[in-house]
Amino acid sequence: MYTQALDSHGREPVPAEEAAAAAARFQARIDAEEKIEPKDWMPEAYRQTLIRQISQHAHSEIVGMLPEGNWITRAPTLRRKAVLIAKVQDEGGHGMYLYSAAETLGIERAQMFTQLLSGAAKYSSIFNYPTLTWADVGAIGWLVDGAAIMNQIPICRCSYGPYARAMVRICKEESFHQRQGFEIMLTLARGSAAQRAMAQDALDRWWWPSIMMFGPPDADSRHSAQSMRWKIKRFSNDELRQKFIDVTVPQAQFLELAIPDPLLRWDEALQHFAIGPIDWNEFQAVLKGNGPCNRERLEARRAAYEAGAWVREAAAAHAARQAARGAEVSAA
Amino acid sequence: MSAAAPGSGPAPGERALRAALFRYVLRLGDTSLVLGQRLGEWIGHAPALEEDLALANLALDLIGQARLLLTYAGEIEAEGRDEDALAYLRDAPEFLNLTLAEQPNGDFAHTIVRQWLLDAWQLEVYEALSASADTRLAAIAAKAQKETRYHYRFSSGWLIRLGDGTAESRGRTQQALDSLWRFTEELFSADEVDERVIAAGIAPAPGPAAERWRQQTDRDLRAATLPRPSAQPHPWYGKRGVHTEHLGHLLAEMQHLQRTYPGVHW
Repeated sequence: MYTQALDSHGREPVPAEEAAAAAARFQARIDAEEKIEPKDWMPEAYRQTLIRQISQHAHSEIVGMLPEGNWITRAPTLRRKAVLIAKVQDEGGHGMYLYSAAETLGIERAQMFTQLLSGAAKYSSIFNYPTLTWADVGAIGWLVDGAAIMNQIPICRCSYGPYARAMVRICKEESFHQRQGFEIMLTLARGSAAQRAMAQDALDRWWWPSIMMFGPPDADSRHSAQSMRWKIKRFSNDELRQKFIDVTVPQAQFLELAIPDPLLRWDEALQHFAIGPIDWNEFQAVLKGNGPCNRERLEARRAAYEAGAWVREAAAAHAARQAARGAEVSAA
Repeated sequence: MSAAAPGSGPAPGERALRAALFRYVLRLGDTSLVLGQRLGEWIGHAPALEEDLALANLALDLIGQARLLLTYAGEIEAEGRDEDALAYLRDAPEFLNLTLAEQPNGDFAHTIVRQWLLDAWQLEVYEALSASADTRLAAIAAKAQKETRYHYRFSSGWLIRLGDGTAESRGRTQQALDSLWRFTEELFSADEVDERVIAAGIAPAPGPAAERWRQQTDRDLRAATLPRPSAQPHPWYGKRGVHTEHLGHLLAEMQHLQRTYPGVHW
């Protein structure tokens, strides 16, 4: 669903001395907007940055299946149920393309999965918040997918070809999800008093976490500059955050729902909406594993993986037996 | 079905056929709905990402079938109930799904065995129904049959992999077969509802379909190196509204929003 700017978790890129000339040629290609492909030479730090970012993005898709999956069995109409199943399935599909894109950089999906399950790899913090009512499914589509689109559209122009191409399809599906989410919110906002209260409560709980999805403020984002030079990243965290706020506030007004920020105002001089202070302590706490559902999300992933071990072993054993039978037949 | 003559109610024979057809279509629709609901529980928790996607696909197809069938059932009944009124506002005894569909997911082997048994059943039923005298039902069945072929390929493929996999997978699959086999007696046992729609050329006679189902499941079991469980008497008739304890819980979860906030638009 989304790649979060977790810039503070990378290694400082240090190209080796002997690769300086290659690095210069590489940067020249980037500057000329050429796509870097899997077999091309690339600085190790570029490769590692992309592995980290793409795998975090893939993990976010997979973990992101859980909060919305939580409502599949309780969706209020059959149409809503079908749409939600399709959406959660799309997220699994996004995870699959993204793991494949990361594999082109020389890492196996199993290895990335182990990093997720051990807690070594990060995923988007937004999925550590609970989905408590049906309106949360609407709010996630509207706000979380809306923020994801802001983040991801520029990645369609990322310098690394496989990632950029994966993002084109993902963005199309995400914008569909965003519209579906908004439509759920609209239905609730125009519904009964209880439905309206449900929608407002969801906005109250998802607004700030969505704002935090763009990552720490630019001043604290240590690795953004290098990612910008490599054209992995095209806009700063704060620029993307502002774009999202400017697009979303009028949508909330259209829904006649109140954004939970008493300091929110239109800044005539800047021609932007200004918001109150973001609680970065909350962001850091969730990032460190102390959000409302960090434990549940990872436990759910681990439980599925462990409970599925015998199934994967059976598939491997059967495939090996089939291969042996095939060899016998062709030897005969 | 032919329309009743204007100015008069439908003839008694026609009324009885309509009532039987309503129940027959509900049986099909409820079976797809309940099975789709069960598969929905897996999404995000499957043994591998590919299986998450596949199970979601199956669930989506089954919910789609349920929507078409329940909508049609509502039209046959002609009392203003749409797909959601039928799905969300009936209680367990009014549900007419096959008992097998409501059985809990259990482990992956249970889910696969349940799916495989029902896929093989749906293949026969939808194939026959695509030539039904009821053109609406024939169209729904033709679409569903294409989907079911894929479902069956998935479930029979896994049945064979699990049966012919490791000692553990074989043991679990055998256990699932032994536990679920008793619900298969219901699949092709015709009652008065079936007989009425069969007589009208709407539904197929169960005999040949049951025989093909038996042969197909035999072939799969041989490929999976699993013995076929012996036939068991069936104490449950989900299709007559007599269910196991599991259905009530499934419905409580599925219907919770519609029951808590009655009469609103979602």
